[in-house]
Amino acid sequence: MNALSEATLPASPAPAPAAPAAPPSVSNHLQLVVVGHVDHGKSTLIGRLLFDTHSVPDGKKERIEAASKAEGMEFEYAFLLDALLEEQAQNITMDTTRVPFRTAKRSFTIIDAPGHKEFLKNMITGAASADAAVLLVDALEGLREQTRRHCFLLSLLGLRQIVVAVNKMDKVDYRPEVFEAIRTELGEFLAKLGVEPAHFIPISAKHGEGLLKASDRMAWYHGPTLLEVLESFRANPPASGGPLRLSVQDVYRFDARRIIAGLIESGSVSVGDSIEFVPGGKRSRVKSIETWPQSDPPPRGPVGSGSEVAITLEDELFVERGQIGAPPGDKPYEARTFTARVFWIHDIPLRSGELIPLKLGTQQAEARVLGIQRTLDAVTLETGTGTTGEVKVHEVAEIRLRVRRPIAFDVGGKVPALGRFVLMRGRRIGGGGVIDSVVDEPPETRGTSPVSRSAILGHRGCIIWMTGLSGAGKSTLAQALEQRLLSSGILSAILDGDVLRTGLSRNLGFTADDRSENLRRATELAIHLADAGVVVIAALISPFRADRAMAAERAKERGVPFAEVFINASLAECERRDPKQLYKKARSGEIKQFTGIDSPYEAPLSPDLELRTDRLTVGESIEKLTEMALGLARPLEQAGLGAGADI
Amino acid sequence: MTHLDELESQSIYLMREAFHGFEKPAMLWSMGKDSNVLLWLAKKAFCGHMPFPVVHIDTTYEFPEMLDFRVWAQKHYGFELIVWTNFEARERGIGYETTDPVTVTHELKTVALQQCLAAYGFDALITGIRRDEDSTRAKERYFSPRNAEFEWDYKDQPPEFWNHFTTESGPGEHVRVQPLLDWTEIDIWRYLDREKVPLPGMYFSRNGQRYRSLGCMPISKPVKSDAKTIDDIIEELKVTRVSERAGRAQDHHERNAMQKLRAKGFM
Repeated sequence: MNALSEATLPASPAPAPAAPAAPPSVSNHLQLVVVGHVDHGKSTLIGRLLFDTHSVPDGKKERIEAASKAEGMEFEYAFLLDALLEEQAQNITMDTTRVPFRTAKRSFTIIDAPGHKEFLKNMITGAASADAAVLLVDALEGLREQTRRHCFLLSLLGLRQIVVAVNKMDKVDYRPEVFEAIRTELGEFLAKLGVEPAHFIPISAKHGEGLLKASDRMAWYHGPTLLEVLESFRANPPASGGPLRLSVQDVYRFDARRIIAGLIESGSVSVGDSIEFVPGGKRSRVKSIETWPQSDPPPRGPVGSGSEVAITLEDELFVERGQIGAPPGDKPYEARTFTARVFWIHDIPLRSGELIPLKLGTQQAEARVLGIQRTLDAVTLETGTGTTGEVKVHEVAEIRLRVRRPIAFDVGGKVPALGRFVLMRGRRIGGGGVIDSVVDEPPETRGTSPVSRSAILGHRGCIIWMTGLSGAGKSTLAQALEQRLLSSGILSAILDGDVLRTGLSRNLGFTADDRSENLRRATELAIHLADAGVVVIAALISPFRADRAMAAERAKERGVPFAEVFINASLAECERRDPKQLYKKARSGEIKQFTGIDSPYEAPLSPDLELRTDRLTVGESIEKLTEMALGLARPLEQAGLGAGADI
Repeated sequence: MTHLDELESQSIYLMREAFHGFEKPAMLWSMGKDSNVLLWLAKKAFCGHMPFPVVHIDTTYEFPEMLDFRVWAQKHYGFELIVWTNFEARERGIGYETTDPVTVTHELKTVALQQCLAAYGFDALITGIRRDEDSTRAKERYFSPRNAEFEWDYKDQPPEFWNHFTTESGPGEHVRVQPLLDWTEIDIWRYLDREKVPLPGMYFSRNGQRYRSLGCMPISKPVKSDAKTIDDIIEELKVTRVSERAGRAQDHHERNAMQKLRAKGFM
């Protein structure tokens, strides 16, 4: 062992680290994001900052110089960052890059977020962990789409320390009026978002003016340099003053101890503290703080916010991942329904009515998108007109969510980390959101009511009764609707006339009486299924008004929501389509009592929905049908009819 | 909290997420300085336990002193050690004596790792790479998916923010978990110093030379240095303008060598 290293192998476990001579008691390290429209000079600015602060290792610069030469290009500061082949070819930064650099006063990590539109996810990935932002605007081009979009996201992500650098002042002959015009326009835009930049600074990244030292060419500017502002920003102090929020990551039972491991999002933990775990509400006291290497005496805390911690409790509680440890007197909300502002970064839109996995801290739960209140255009800040029922990629919206089981969270910036969540699209994060308010729930549904089917399913059963001539499009639309509902996590099933005839009603013919009996059986079956929570899509010719009225009446008696949908196409059109060649057979007399030919069809007088399939495309019909079905399947309380149903 | 405290907490958070999120994680260990910080953090994260195996990809070109350290550290810390070598490639004659360093690195490290992963069925690999080591590593995610062919799709990386990561992988795929991404070389040394983490002696000056970055014997070159203690090393790093991996031949064999190696699955 001595041969290994005389100097560094300790003879015994290291003691708890003693305080060094002059320690910085608080981190002075600043995470900085640089955002702005593509080509407004982000990479050049960062390259120049690194170079001017002597933060570039020799090897790196030589490599880039050689690479520039190989490409037949003159050396550019941007190349210091854009080290990947493709980027050099396109001159566009492709992904989030983190580069450390330091000045005499502090250390920084620069997060370079790309300005290219489809890479917004990378910008968010970068900006979400930043303490401060540099927003770059090209003096020549002024505010562009991404400038505004990035402003909006910075405000949503909660970044408050922002400096605006008006770049490429050399291209406008360092004229103060250009700078002033941008300052005014951008200042007004940011004010609408509640963001007040610390400073507006005119610079030329390419020529290194206004970065480390004031520029002679812009003697009219009397403010600080960019680096002075960056050195003045606060490294975001964790919310140490708030109540304890311990996000439980795991419970370890490697040995006799039952160790609860997690992150202190705010507040602090000491041995002896009362602690309650929500959701659930079990209480105990902190028995020990576990560390390795073990120290003597064992630590008693406080362990403060931002720290990982491992504790044991005085009582053997069943604590699990996802729960939040909090002081009994100052707990987070425990609720299921809330409103939030979300941004969406996945190609598949977020749809109203869909069920989607939500992650908040270490909690995970399925959430139903109850409604999309309004989409906001991040560029114009105007509210989208008309509800499209979805939030598309790069859009921002106000939505209402309901999770299947109560989760714990904070609102209003009390503990920011527990007021924001992500929504998962498959394995990827589809978007993120900030909770704005808790939606009050009727007392009956506050977790004390017996579990109902709709609470498990997230929707209620109902009957969509599609009537119309053979060939009008009932089966096609039924199948498309079923797929749409299933993919939104809504249990649905088709009750098809042809199928019934081969089983449940195979002893029946086509007389008026037999048709009525067939529909009576179909109705009862549909009610049973709907009672069990299924959205039943009945695709039945059901030619007689009386039979349909009977079905609606029976459903009403049993409290099952029912909608009559008239799938309407002219007889001529249906006969032209004739998908099963039945009209042909009826005309030739091969089959008798065929609706529309030798048996009447009584069109609905006031259907809940009428779809003219000879005028609408299948897509248009499906949209209308889906919207109606989602409305019908929505739990009573959400449909505005008061308490009684869950989710 | 100091900056080191913040880095330590973040790394422990990531390791605990990895241990919870995956069925069969493993930790890569090269006996180098970053690897030893990783080991140390894992011991902290799991209160003295090491709940997953530690994998050393042995190229057969290891420094004897590092192999001694391997034996010592395994006993000292107590963990399940898996040593894997791509013997098939060695038998084919792949080696620094005959082949270019990029190919050797690919065969004896990346392919070896592939074989090891296939043999044990690991779905996550905890590695000690840092963003400041290399420009391609600068673009990495904390949880970085690799497909069944080991490829890194660096053009379309999953978003990760607010402590939410990619913690699932499909059949044959795995996720690289990289808890040291945000650490710099100086952070590593300050932490090694603060925590008194045991290290191989080759990092310290002997006869006016020391190793700043350690890999295979034939391609790791020492730097001129009189730094005999960690304090000396930190002082040296404050003024040096030579990049950390300048002494690692495989990185510089051809233009964009690291990118090519990494796209194919190198760490």
